[in-house]
Amino acid sequence: MKKAKASPSHPLDALVRTERIPHIWCPGCGIGTAFSACLMALHTSGLDLDKTVMVSGIGCSGRAAGYTRLDSYHTTHGRAIPFATGMKLAKPELQVIVFSGDGDLFAIGGNHIIHAARRNIDLTVLCVNNLNYGMTGGQVAATTPTLAKTTTTPRGNPEQPFNLPLLVYAAGATYVARWTILHTRDLTQSVQEALHHKGFAFIEVLAPCPTGYGRRNKERPLDTLKLYQERTLIKNGANPAEAFLDFERGVVLGKFVEEQRPTCIEMYDRTCRLPDSAAG
Amino acid sequence: MKFWRTPLDLQDIHVSKGMVLILEDRCKGCGYCIAFCPRDVLHESTRFNAKGYHPPEVKNPDACVNCHYCEIICPDLAIFSVEIPPHPVNAGPSEDNGSTGS
Repeated sequence: MKKAKASPSHPLDALVRTERIPHIWCPGCGIGTAFSACLMALHTSGLDLDKTVMVSGIGCSGRAAGYTRLDSYHTTHGRAIPFATGMKLAKPELQVIVFSGDGDLFAIGGNHIIHAARRNIDLTVLCVNNLNYGMTGGQVAATTPTLAKTTTTPRGNPEQPFNLPLLVYAAGATYVARWTILHTRDLTQSVQEALHHKGFAFIEVLAPCPTGYGRRNKERPLDTLKLYQERTLIKNGANPAEAFLDFERGVVLGKFVEEQRPTCIEMYDRTCRLPDSAAG
Repeated sequence: MKFWRTPLDLQDIHVSKGMVLILEDRCKGCGYCIAFCPRDVLHESTRFNAKGYHPPEVKNPDACVNCHYCEIICPDLAIFSVEIPPHPVNAGPSEDNGSTGS
């Protein structure tokens, strides 16, 4: 058996703007894995990729829109969901995927995501949660665990982080899941389910940020992955209230919620558009 | 492969074999593929790629069972595996007369 020399065709190359690869994400950054899981789910989902749009906000994960060879949209900070909502309302036949980070979706754009979940707009939202603001230098974010050190909390974070699955579930999301980049197969399958789910689907992906977060908390990328391996528990159907992010107590992963509720467009058509017979 | 009891249908079980391909210039040397390969196929090489990282190297090619885990854990789209079709010559008593010539 021989080791072949560099061959130019990775199975996902058809979905990637290869001229921009290697991407800017740091060595050990989990966004790349979440990104390739998302692409793999798209690749195998059987969806019409000409009618698929990827929308990203600002931040490290916001770069994903620029790396896909799909129609994609790199929007202003925190506003990925509003752009995606507009796109979905204008062209309901599009499959819209929002791929963005925790800071963009839950801090700067926090209001938008709760209202999109409340309206049950038919979007698939992938939130890469790296527990800090990575691109700007590792500042404390709304998802930083209590007592974790960041650039702006050198003695440890005094605040409590958001529980993202609980937040979106309480706001009205109809598909809620959480995985880590180590659970890549489950993540890919979950993205596929979310793509075929009607309504607001939310998947949180825990990803290491070795440069911003890991360096200040004495976690090498492989240590973080080891943490994902040893301190997580897969519990499908768990109550999102149990899904508090605390690696001391163990982190619950899995598909928490999958239910059906009329989507925003269906409700709008039902209540605000008169049937043609009544109009005529 | 070691079994504590030989399965009765051992002749029928087909263990797929894979070949790992590495796009060295995309690699950033995070080591995830090396650490999480279930068959311990890879190790870090001593040479540098164009960006100055040590890409992984196949040290144990016969152990690869084409599980694709290196491919899906790689954050840089830098490694993947392809299946090697079984060789009828090596497969001793198997009846399938190799359909694929390549």
